[in-house]
Amino acid sequence: MTPLPVSIAAAVASFALLVVVFELIRSRRLRERYALLWLLTGVVLLGLSLWRGGLNTIAGWFGVETYPPAILGAVGALFILMVLLHYSTVISRLSDQNTILAQRLALLEQHVRED
Amino acid sequence: MADQLEDLKRIAIVPALNEEETVGRVIGEIRAFDAGFDIVVVDDGSVDRTAGVAADRGAYVVRLPFNLGIGGAVQTGYRFAFEHGYDIAVQIDGDGQHDPSQLPKILAPLLAGEADLCVGSRFTGDGQFRSSFARRVGIKIFARLVSLVVRQRVTDTTSGFRAVNRRGIALFAADYPHDYPEVEATVMCVKHKLRLKEVPVEMRERGAGASSITALRSVYYMTKVLLAIFVGLFRRNAVPLEEDHR
Repeated sequence: MTPLPVSIAAAVASFALLVVVFELIRSRRLRERYALLWLLTGVVLLGLSLWRGGLNTIAGWFGVETYPPAILGAVGALFILMVLLHYSTVISRLSDQNTILAQRLALLEQHVRED
Repeated sequence: MADQLEDLKRIAIVPALNEEETVGRVIGEIRAFDAGFDIVVVDDGSVDRTAGVAADRGAYVVRLPFNLGIGGAVQTGYRFAFEHGYDIAVQIDGDGQHDPSQLPKILAPLLAGEADLCVGSRFTGDGQFRSSFARRVGIKIFARLVSLVVRQRVTDTTSGFRAVNRRGIALFAADYPHDYPEVEATVMCVKHKLRLKEVPVEMRERGAGASSITALRSVYYMTKVLLAIFVGLFRRNAVPLEEDHR
């Protein structure tokens, strides 16, 4: 069984994540579009830390009987990987768009100078 | 109504993404309704002749360098309207689903000074509208939720057939939601104490192209908009652009 302090710490941490993400959206520093994955991460981790029996069961499926909280770490790592991959696609799109903007601006500048 | 409109500088904002087959007709129909309407077509990164067709028909054409999504495109139109000092702006999709002959219905409350934003609804009356079951359920849920938040009955939160006065133009030019903007824009208006009115209109089937909302995306759509409405309740209001800002 998961030690109680581990569950409490994990629950507090994931709740804090949710609060921070919410505050970032509220103050317009984070767009909803990019917040959804973080919120999902927070909700899943919060769920797993509070639902201690469930965590045990899941740990059992993977044969991790000795220390179930390892699953928390694994799930957390999985979500962080997902967020990172998502960001890689976002950065790629932004850099494509940036190229287009720079080219448009340069062409426009040339056009203005010619006139 | 015609006399009243005559004194106002008015513009139709037409967001279009790959609508070369319909955008020309839409422009023609707006002109047929009222030749005094200026028309700005915001081409949201089309790969077909949308911009060319619109320019040939004499509309102002703003070509975005890449696809910004409907929210970014529509806001470009409102910025244009703000900077060029328009008194009234109407929003009409480039795909032909909005019938410009219905414009008097959404303009009347603005001209009468009863509303700052007037939305044409498919559902409140004579308009008949066919749609998939899932879509209808989604629309119902949003209608309930938005009605609750804005404390007035709203039936069609996804309608992009709307008209705003100068106050609305100044607000939307400063702040407009991004991904699926209509629901949030409606809530935003009411938060800014702009008067909202919904009137029944008839809409047509889409002329060409597919709806931007596919089945897979609707889950994302629902979640994102619900989140936006919820967070929006706790958010400080954006400041509308000042008149000397332009």
